Amino acid sequence: MAEQTIPDEPESSQRSVPRPVFTDAEAGAKEFPSSRSRHYNYFTPRKRRASVYEDVTVDVQPDPARHLTQGWIYGFADGTVGYPQEWTALQSSNWHEFLDPNEEWEQTIYRNNADTVRSIQRTIADAKASDAFDNWNRTWARVVERHVSAWAHAEHGLGMHVYLPAQRDAPTNMINNAMAVAAAHKLRFAQDLILYNLELTDELDDFDGAMHREAWQHDPIWRPTRENVERLTGVRDWGEAFFAAAVVFEPLVGELFRSGFVMQAAALHGDYVTPIIVSSGESDTARDLRGARALFGMLARDLEHGDHNREVMQGWLAEWIPVSLDAGKQLQPIWSQVAEKVVRYDAAAERSRQRLADLLGDLTLELPSEVSA
Amino acid sequence: MSRASITKAHNKIQELSWEPTFVEPVDKYPTDYTFERAPKKDPLKQVLRSYFPMEEEKDNRVFGAMDGAIRGNMFRQVQQRWMEWQKLFLSIIPFPEISAARAMPLAINAVPNPEVHNGLAIQMIDEVRHSTIQMNLKRLYMNHYIDPAGFDISERAFSNCYAGTIGRQFGEGFITGDAITAADIYLTIVAETAFTNTLFVAMPGEAAANGDYLLPTVFHSVQSDESRHISNGYSIILMALADERNRQLLERDLRYAWWNNHAVVDAAIGTFIEYGTKDRRKDRESYAEAWRRWIYDDYYRSYLVPLEKYGLVVPHDLVEEAWNRIWNRGYVHEVAQFFATGWPVNYWRIDAMDDDDFEWFEYKYPGWYDRYGQWWERYAELGMRNGHGPITFEDVNYQYPHRCWTCMVPCLIREDMVVDEVDGQVRTYCSETCHWTDAVAFRPEYEGRATPAMGQLTGKREWETLYHGRDLAEIIEDLGYVRDDGRTLVPQPHLDLDPKRMWTLDDARGYTLQSPNILLNEMTPEERERHVAAYTAGGPAGRFAPEEATT
Ligand SMILES: [Fe+2]
Ligand SMILES: [Fe+2]
Repeated sequence: MAEQTIPDEPESSQRSVPRPVFTDAEAGAKEFPSSRSRHYNYFTPRKRRASVYEDVTVDVQPDPARHLTQGWIYGFADGTVGYPQEWTALQSSNWHEFLDPNEEWEQTIYRNNADTVRSIQRTIADAKASDAFDNWNRTWARVVERHVSAWAHAEHGLGMHVYLPAQRDAPTNMINNAMAVAAAHKLRFAQDLILYNLELTDELDDFDGAMHREAWQHDPIWRPTRENVERLTGVRDWGEAFFAAAVVFEPLVGELFRSGFVMQAAALHGDYVTPIIVSSGESDTARDLRGARALFGMLARDLEHGDHNREVMQGWLAEWIPVSLDAGKQLQPIWSQVAEKVVRYDAAAERSRQRLADLLGDLTLELPSEVSA
Repeated sequence: MSRASITKAHNKIQELSWEPTFVEPVDKYPTDYTFERAPKKDPLKQVLRSYFPMEEEKDNRVFGAMDGAIRGNMFRQVQQRWMEWQKLFLSIIPFPEISAARAMPLAINAVPNPEVHNGLAIQMIDEVRHSTIQMNLKRLYMNHYIDPAGFDISERAFSNCYAGTIGRQFGEGFITGDAITAADIYLTIVAETAFTNTLFVAMPGEAAANGDYLLPTVFHSVQSDESRHISNGYSIILMALADERNRQLLERDLRYAWWNNHAVVDAAIGTFIEYGTKDRRKDRESYAEAWRRWIYDDYYRSYLVPLEKYGLVVPHDLVEEAWNRIWNRGYVHEVAQFFATGWPVNYWRIDAMDDDDFEWFEYKYPGWYDRYGQWWERYAELGMRNGHGPITFEDVNYQYPHRCWTCMVPCLIREDMVVDEVDGQVRTYCSETCHWTDAVAFRPEYEGRATPAMGQLTGKREWETLYHGRDLAEIIEDLGYVRDDGRTLVPQPHLDLDPKRMWTLDDARGYTLQSPNILLNEMTPEERERHVAAYTAGGPAGRFAPEEATT
């Protein structure tokens, strides 16, 4: 073909606009085969009608075990392709059975997280306007500066380096989206905490905004927690990382510190702002735990692979419970660093062990002896 | 938030990361790139507490527009020709979007820069947004457009159609293989920075001209997240360029990614914009014109070329060759003709081009009618259901093409086809570069250098292989492209919804599909040589080489 040049725009100085045309291409305008076929019919919804969540999530990530006929078209250097089931030791007779109990899709993600950040910012603004931070006693300010702020690192580490890679690794879109949302929760909560720290640095005269780093990296109180988080980031098996984070670390360390300490102690020290922020993290964690419970419960009950999965998870419990128990134990001195010692560490630890026991009961797993003791 | 407070907040959240002391970082996703000596390069500043409300507001506008479109009876003015191609487009695109989310840990794992990590994490959330909002748009189309068939089987059809597989590269290419090749060069530096302009800017314009103003609303909303992604990619490529050991890999990957994106995206979007529209105003931009503006000027000249001063080897020759294929070699026209040739195994309807279309094509692409006009006239005749077979199997002087092993678009510019025995199989490629991609680039060694992390091309890449020797009606049933009466086909070669004029399984019975690649491999070397010589002497518009055409 000969070289051509692009034709010039026609002479008219104004570009024309397309004219609307009546096409009558509306649903119901005609009857013909499939004219009423108005639902995605390639999957079986859980209830009679598919939810929006199912419609926008199911089968978006294809699977050779379902409709994918030509197979995955790219492989890694070692030959693994697509979303390999071998990236976890867990097995399922149907990974696609898992649906996120929170039914997260874009609308819920933005509504919930936007509501949370708005309520936090409103609370902080109100507190500033009413000089609420002036009521804080010094010892409580030290605790927020050092310990509450240090917790932000734990959330960030888990969000960025455990949940975020897990959303690449699991075999279905439903699991991966749930992981992505949990990652977003953790990262947002970490930022909420650290930006709160920034506000306090401006509001309180002797609040040291850098102290949280010192505490997280060097304080022996935090070292086992940091070790726990770092070790979780190094686990290649997404199922293990998710399990050890959601099922073991969260009750034994996360909830222990957040609910067992911060939520109880803050109000006693005239602080109503910190609990608002921390409770948002707590409720997101509870939300994400519903997903973990559904997933690991499904795998534990799997008719074909249930025994294998329970054995695998039992092994993970044996490995990770001591790590998280130790991390929780080392936090104990924090409970005595406050002026109002109404909250007892032992009671908090007992409650968090009970939470773990309940959770494992639901998953039909056995409570290792170090916890029941 | 003010700019100053965003900067302050952005700086503060950098305090969240730390150097681990208890574990060595795990290479979850291997790469041959090195970033040890990489200087830090900051992407756009973004903090989640302002991100979530900002996106929520964008969403509210989108959902408001959706309600408005339904209340305003938008579908009374929508062109069926346009909506039919959306059955293909919207079956593909949510997968690339979600794949972009899945790609983020590949980049995070490879690049030791916490500021980039934060940008990439936000991109992950954006991509979940894009994927699900697009699935929801498609759901609305399925509920309100006259013909839901094809939307109703969307993700299944995406998974088993040859066209879905072509599109799937633009997705799987982000998440598998060398982490930086996939998640930075292919995804961000090429797909997002170059080709989302045609996807998300040029396509919505065409949608609006066809009465669909929802697609523009959704896709402009999606596009508004893109500048942050582009800035993530830019930070990473500058960091990569700082280490000279990466430059050879960057050159390789940019050649591969540029060419594959061109082959795939220009095939699809070019077809939607040129053949999926009823808007034949002469002053509306053709795909070639849009490409020249968005990709050649905005991307190549203004983005890529300036990176040369940092040591990037820009594939000037391949940019020019892509333009040559689009402008002089009829790439988009050849692809559209192929889609129409294969109509019985599609899951959308394709109507014939008519006189208004001819006039526009001739105006925009002088010489078009001589090449493609007659074939489209035959397509219109053979679209009528009156006893003959689908055009695929009728004598219209169209040689069913070989498929490119790499990009999986057929080898439509016949004289460019490359044939080679690779991995023990005779394979065909649409171009030199696609041959190089398979035979040279995607290998554990590149130009004498070990590239142990480089990915592989896998899978049953020639779709026809799956159905070699099978009856067309059986294939269509197997694919599930049959309407709810159990016999009428989802695909049709026209837009007439009168059940008497719609093709059925019976009309497709008695025609046997054959795999060009299997046949090629069965030939003796001499037969093959003759066959290839004749094939490469054929075209344009799929014509047999003159001597072949007469036999
Ligand atoms: Fe996107
Ligand atoms: Fe190709």
